[in-house]
Parts: sequence; structure tokens; C-alpha cells
Amino acid sequence: MTESVRFEDVSLLYPGGTVPAVSHLNLTIEKGEFLVLVGPSGCGKSTSLRMVAGLEPISDGKIFIGDRDVTNVAAKDRDIAMVFQNYALYPHMSVGENMAFALKIQKVPKEEIARRVQEAAKLLDLTEYVDRKPKALSGGQRQRVAMGRAIVREPHVFLMDEPLSNLDAKLRVQTRTQIAALQKRLGTTTIYVTHDQVEAMTMGDRVAVLKDGILQQVDTPRKLYDEPANAFVATFIGSPSMNIIHAKVVDGGAEFGGTVLPIEREVLAKADSDHVLVGVRPEDLNLAESGPEMKVTLVEELGADTFVYGTTPDGVNELVARSRGFTSPRVGDTVHVDPQRTYVFTATGTQARIK
Amino acid sequence: MSVEASEIVILPGPELPEEKSGIKESARRKLSSPWAVVVVVFITVIWTIPTVGLLVTSFRPAADAQNTGWWTFFRNPAVTFSNYAEVITGGTTMGTGIMPYFFNSFAIAIPAAIFPLILASMAAYAIAWVPFKGAVWIFFGIFALQVVPLQMALLPLLQMFNLGWSIGDIPIFPDLNKPGSQQSLLAGTYIPLWIAHTMFALPLAIFLLHNFMAQLPRDLMEAARVDGAGHFLIFRKIVLPLSIPAIASFAIFQFLWVWNDLLVAITFAGGTPDVAPITSYLATIKGSYGAQLHLITAGAFIAIIVPLIVFFSLQRFFVRGLLAGSVKG
Repeated sequence: MTESVRFEDVSLLYPGGTVPAVSHLNLTIEKGEFLVLVGPSGCGKSTSLRMVAGLEPISDGKIFIGDRDVTNVAAKDRDIAMVFQNYALYPHMSVGENMAFALKIQKVPKEEIARRVQEAAKLLDLTEYVDRKPKALSGGQRQRVAMGRAIVREPHVFLMDEPLSNLDAKLRVQTRTQIAALQKRLGTTTIYVTHDQVEAMTMGDRVAVLKDGILQQVDTPRKLYDEPANAFVATFIGSPSMNIIHAKVVDGGAEFGGTVLPIEREVLAKADSDHVLVGVRPEDLNLAESGPEMKVTLVEELGADTFVYGTTPDGVNELVARSRGFTSPRVGDTVHVDPQRTYVFTATGTQARIK
Repeated sequence: MSVEASEIVILPGPELPEEKSGIKESARRKLSSPWAVVVVVFITVIWTIPTVGLLVTSFRPAADAQNTGWWTFFRNPAVTFSNYAEVITGGTTMGTGIMPYFFNSFAIAIPAAIFPLILASMAAYAIAWVPFKGAVWIFFGIFALQVVPLQMALLPLLQMFNLGWSIGDIPIFPDLNKPGSQQSLLAGTYIPLWIAHTMFALPLAIFLLHNFMAQLPRDLMEAARVDGAGHFLIFRKIVLPLSIPAIASFAIFQFLWVWNDLLVAITFAGGTPDVAPITSYLATIKGSYGAQLHLITAGAFIAIIVPLIVFFSLQRFFVRGLLAGSVKG
């Protein structure tokens, strides 16, 4: 039976370390939910996942699976299934034995094991490989075996630690949708770790963004994109990432590169210094006849879109604009940009969003 | 006979995917140059000549073997099987013959190879994969024990088997003397030999197996833990099957070492025919019957057969790439 997972003020400080790997994490993953943990490397996302698995100690706080406090329960008694980044298949066992391993330990009857393994193999298109050893499989097939090993368990929670990062780009996109569909079908609570924000946005019911062991924001992908809590989340989610402009607070707006961007007075009142960070998504920064100037340094033609990279005339801020026109500017040109939709963040501290 | 043993000491690594380094490649290229082949063939021939001499002598009639060198055989070939017959049956001068001793050697060597493997594999797993304080120091301690020469431990061990051993009033090893006699209960049994060989083998066995097991991927152990396996299951179902190359190597090494051992055998088994191994018998042929070259060589060849069989039959366990497909590098 699937269960919810709850982190209650969980911290982890490695012995001898000064900076906690995970700091005061409070997070609830609902029954049947697909939650993605995302963040740059070293942000504590894998560590948090491994804490749920029981592979990593907890210095402080509690972890619940369902109503059960598992903080001090051994990994083997937590009834969770994990998919590892490098699959960690048992090399001396066949595909079928790999999947049956956990069930044998649970003393599930033989016929039941055979039935579940067959079912999982069918679901994952592995039926003809059941008797093969992992070394005779391709990367994608190995990945599916690792998934199968988790599925047959029918566990409380699935934990997936970057399961797609060893696949090539095309297979990754394909497998991404398969995993998301599979999860919907099985309805098992899933925590999925990735450093890839595209994976996070496409797969998760909700996405939790971590940085330096601290949870920045948990929300649906849409809200994360539209209403980032701070400048870090704003730049981390979206590709190319959001433009962040250091601007000086002046009367009625924020000034950068000789232009004043009008901002409401109430917003500016929340600024904690004489600077603010103005955020504009590249797709909201269009080339225009007038407006702030930008010196073009690079033009990327991607077919559907063209991204124009440049700097403000004072050279302080780097900008990326999306150009929809048929003629794109050339490197060295000076163009005007027109910010359509802007975000404002405080310039210091947590860089929280104030607009 | 020790030639085979020294070739086995190099343990194959667990063969992780990323181990396909350039060093291995360049070593292979260097070793396959024609000059290297010539040198290797030359050394092999030189190395084998004494054994060939032994083999030839064992088939020569007694008088020939006593009076002329084995190489004269090729000018004056005379073949007889009577040397073997005499050594095996005992004939007129050789008492019981070689067979009881031959079986004693098995009775000593097989358990003396299995016991240390069982203990060492468990100890190696514990040191490598069970996190506990002081594991590193225990490992260093065991490693350091390898410098203690076997010869130094012989007499204290003998005393322990005969008189027991206690620290103050606390008995560590009981006094096993039969009441009212000076005969230890262990005398005339294989037990002291098994214990001695096991003890002498353990440091090296733990060291080698630990180094092998510690290289197995951590993710495998974690996957097994998440799958619900405790330490004992992980050891039995994951670590042992994957450590077969190391275990087979050490089994061969230890079996050959015990099979060829004379010193430990004569110390703990004495000359008693009901426990003494084949090496002890070969020594007595030489000692009590003068230089009976034809018999010694025949006996030696009977003794050599077993190490050869063991080596070739266990060799197939040196499989490479056992870990292939497990974790992506």
C-alpha cells in the first residue's frame, strides 16, 4: 500500500563538517504524489532521498512514512524501493532473479513471485530478456530492469536517484514520459531526484528546489515558473535562465544602463537596500525599436527560436533575449530590448521576490 | 612444486568497467613483442628441466637411477613402472606404502583450506562493509600479523595443544591431557594441524579478501539493503558470489601451501603414520632408506598430481568481468 512521506525539521551534519548537508527540511509528500527534488549538484537532494531510504543518517528531526516514524528504522525494514543512478543491478543474477530478489527475502510464495515478475516484465517490455544477465542488456534495458526491481516490490514509496542520467538524450526524453505515465498508473508515492530542471518540470506533480541543503520552494511546475519565491528559483527554473539585472532604486522605478524601468512604489518600499534585482524571462524580453540598449555578443539559432545574448552598455548586466523575427541581429550590433513582464527581487539576503 | 603456488598469489581485481586503463593495454603490447616471447619461452624451459629430470628418473630402473644421471636416459632408454608399484604398495622395504599418507594429506589440506576461507571471508566482509569503530585498526592489526614468522609460533602452539594455555587463572585453551597420562587428547588427530594451518593462513586470507570485497560497488550493497537484505543475506547472496575469483585464488593457494607443507606437519603430527601427510613420508624415504632416488622421484610425482588437478580444475573460476553490467561506470 502506498504511503505519504513527511520530513519534519530534518537536518544532517556530517561528523567533522561545519555546513549541514541538509538543513531544517520540512516537506510532506502526499499519498500517490510524484515529487521531484531538484537543485544544483551538492544541494542535498540525493542526501535527502537517501535519508528516506535509510542509507544516510539523520542528525536532527524525524522522517515519517505514512504514520510510522522511520527515523531509526533500518533501510531493510522501511519497505521502500529505490532506483539508483547507475542501476546497481546484481550482476550474477538474471533479470528475473534481480526482480525477484526482494520478494524472495520477504518470503513471498513462489507462484506469486513468478506472477509479479512476469507482470513487471510485460509492463516494461522485458519479457524476452527475463533469463538474461544484466551484462547482455543495453543501457536502456538495464534502466528498465532497475525500474522493474522497484515495481515488483509494490512498496510504500518509490525513490529514484537520477535514474535517467546515464541514458542518451533521445532515450532520456522517451523514458521520462514512460516513467511519469507508469507512476500515474501505479499511483505509488514517488520521490525523484534530478539536477535537470526540464525533467523536474515535465515529470513532477510538485517540484522542490533545494540549494545548499536548504529548501527554497515547493510548488507545482507552473507556479514555480510563474511565481518563483526568490532569485535562485527564478534562474534555476527555465532555460535559458531568467535575466537578473542589478538595478539601482530611483524615484518611481529601477535604473540600469541609463534607462529607468517603472516599478510600483509599494514594491520598491519592500527593497532592503538601494539596489534591487529585476528579473525578466528571455521570452519576455523582446527586441524592440526603443528601450534599454543591449550590445549583442552571441546569437544562437535553434530553429524555432533565436536567442540573442548581449550585455548592457555599461557591461554590468548580461542579458538573453528571444527574437521571433526572421532577421536576427549580428554579433556586435546594438539592439533595443523591451521587458514585457518583470519580477523584482531584493538584492541582498535570500533575494526574495517582492513583485 | 611451489612453482604453481607462487603464480597464483596475484589476485584478479573485481574488474570494474572503468578499469580498462591504458596501463593494461600498454603492458599487453610490451609483453607480446617477439623478444618477450623468446625470453618467456627460454625461462619456461629452464624452469621445467628439473621437473622433467624428476619425471624421467622416476621411470628408470633402480640401478640406472643410482649410478647415472637422468640425461643419459635418452642414450640408453630403459623404462620401468616398478618404482611406482613399490612406492604405492610398499613392496618389500617401504612398509605401508604411500597411500595412507596420500589420504592423510587430503584429510589435512581440504579442511585446512576451507576453514580459513569461511572465517576470512566473513571477517573480510565485516571489516569492509559493516561500519563499526576501529575497523581500520583491526584491519591494520591483522595485516601486521603477517610479519610474524610461522616458525616463531610453532613451539608456543605445540605447548598450547599439549598443556593448555591460560592467562593467570583464566583458561584460554583447555589442558587436554588425558587424566593421568602425558598424552594430549589431540595427539594422533588432524585437529592440531587444521587449527595451526587455519591460524597461519588467516592474516593473508583476510587481507586479500578484504581488498577484493572492498572494491565491490557500494551501490550494490545499498540496493540489497533497500531490497530488505540484512548483512548476512548481503554477504551470502551478493558478496560471496561476486568474490568467487578471489576465493578460488586463495583456495588454490592455501591448498597447495598445506599440501606441500612439511614443517608444520612434522611439528604437530609427528611421524605417526595415521596422521602424517605425504611430504612427511617423502622425507622418510630419503632419511631411512638412503638415497633411493628412483623411489623419491616416483613418490614426488604421485604427490605432484594433486596440485596439478586442483590448479587446473579451479582455474576456470578466475572469470573476468564478473561485475559487468552491474553498475554503469
